[in-house]
Amino acid sequence: MFDTSATESQIAATHPSSPPAISVNGLGKRYGELEAVRGIDFEVATGETFGFLGPNGAGKSTTINMLCTLVRPTSGSATVAGHDVARERDAVRRNIGLVFQDSTLDGYLTGEQNLRLHAELYGMPRQSIAPRMRQVLEMVGLWERRRSLVNTFSGGMKRRLEIARGLLHSPRVLFLDEPTIGLDPQTRSSIWNYISELGEAEDITIFLTTHYMEEAEYCERIAIIDQGKIIVLDTPEALKESVGKDRVQIHTDDDAAAIVVLRERFGIEAKISEELVTFGVPLGEEFVPRLFDEWDPAHPPIRSVSVSRPSLDDVFMSYTGSTIRDAEQSPGADHLRNVARMMGR
Amino acid sequence: MARVRVPTRTLHSELRAIAVVWRRELIRFSRDRLRLITALVQPFLFLFVLGTGLSRLASAGTHGVNFRTFVYPGVLCMAVMFIAMFSAASIVWDREFGFLREMMVAPVRRSSLVLGKCLGGTTVAAFEGAIVIAIGPLIGVPFTFELVVAVFALQLLLAFSITAFGVMAAARMSQMQSFMALTQMVILPMFFISGALFPVSDLPPWLSVLNRLDPLTYAVDPMRRLIFSHLDISAAARRALDPGVTWWGWRVPSLLEAAVVALLGLVMLAIAIVEFSQAE
Repeated sequence: MFDTSATESQIAATHPSSPPAISVNGLGKRYGELEAVRGIDFEVATGETFGFLGPNGAGKSTTINMLCTLVRPTSGSATVAGHDVARERDAVRRNIGLVFQDSTLDGYLTGEQNLRLHAELYGMPRQSIAPRMRQVLEMVGLWERRRSLVNTFSGGMKRRLEIARGLLHSPRVLFLDEPTIGLDPQTRSSIWNYISELGEAEDITIFLTTHYMEEAEYCERIAIIDQGKIIVLDTPEALKESVGKDRVQIHTDDDAAAIVVLRERFGIEAKISEELVTFGVPLGEEFVPRLFDEWDPAHPPIRSVSVSRPSLDDVFMSYTGSTIRDAEQSPGADHLRNVARMMGR
Repeated sequence: MARVRVPTRTLHSELRAIAVVWRRELIRFSRDRLRLITALVQPFLFLFVLGTGLSRLASAGTHGVNFRTFVYPGVLCMAVMFIAMFSAASIVWDREFGFLREMMVAPVRRSSLVLGKCLGGTTVAAFEGAIVIAIGPLIGVPFTFELVVAVFALQLLLAFSITAFGVMAAARMSQMQSFMALTQMVILPMFFISGALFPVSDLPPWLSVLNRLDPLTYAVDPMRRLIFSHLDISAAARRALDPGVTWWGWRVPSLLEAAVVALLGLVMLAIAIVEFSQAE
């Protein structure tokens, strides 16, 4: 379906002078002693799907809350859809859709009633509500269930309903804070299908956060955020190339001894990751024959080898020096998250 | 795809927001049959169990007026008060279950949200109050049309003020337990001190002072005066049972009492709006 406004915005999206959907300058948030976000800068182009990747407590949710006007920045500034998040809150709110980590649906209302409530709160033109409601409910496959109480929905259905609701008022920017957290893998992938379709069908800018590496791959660009700072920002492909190494994992009878051998004989620093001896080398396939040639029978025997292209996990590791899982287990991250949660509510 | 345009904020869009928040309270209430019934248990206990039991004990002091009739205005106020508090409590639920966020990020004034919520709570409480009014004839209240209208208006006012108080209190609470504790701590003393169960003249000085400070006093007293003015009783009985609230010997007129309740409600509504506007 083509109407004039869609055509206009499509032209705008490809036009070089079109303003960015999100523009962030030195944005920071401090909770007392704690600096949850430490002066970040980035821009998101109109129509882009942009991801914020980082461990829990890295400052992702705080950033999203600042961009959607729920939390006031303590330094810097940001505009969303051309409006300042601190000074033009209402204008920002009219132009954004939100899907939070935790459900914000009313379980005692039906799906339809939840959407209608949203439409009224956003002052949508009356005649546009019914057709638009049908459109978004059909998109997430919940049209048939619109009369059921939300409390009877599964976790995946609730998330889909939230996405539909976030889209109801045709926002120009959709914020998704951990859109697939707490869902089973199958539901997660179906949610991602909706999100990808959305980007095409709705001509919308999507800003999302995730701490699942494999999900960040769906984004056109990713910013890796750790301890409140953006560490690197690029396309997933470019980030993986920047690592420049393949990932090799071997399983041995004595991992500690194998690490020593790798260091002394091959000059490679290996670590235990996922219970396997893990290291990065350029041209991994060519390294494997050499590994076996030079592996002494006196060394602990190798039981299995795998070589893989660098993943975003490796990207994260190469830029932050730790895996995303380790970063989440550090006490600082937990503490920060709890504080941010308390203050954010 | 058709693109909807969200218009800029107008008075009309604020009114729609108020209306939808109000309607949500009613939908939720109508789904919650259990609440509808449990909320009525307390007034029935007070009227029929306590009222009947105590009437034998109290008959000497009531000049022939049924004790149940005497406590009826107070019990009506209590019923309204409890339901209004429970309605306001739903804000705490909304915060715990996240729904509050959906409202807080909407492009509407926070005052519209607070007002919608207060009106919703008021409506629900007044509905339950109406049920208590409907049982009035069973316990000797001679209802005429004017009396019903006046009593209903008064309890509506009380429902609004108490809801505003509850919403104000709920603004900073994130746990249901704290809100329940507050309800126990504030509502029960308010009920007992208000004179819902006894005449407020010739009280010991400390209780007399507390009674005049209790906002609920100014709802119970005009309610009782209204109902007693329709009872066919002796002047002595009226003096003993419905002495009226006095300030330094001056009997406070019903309209002023109602104004006190309304004013307190408006002040608390204003505080609630400020609190919600400041919340991030």
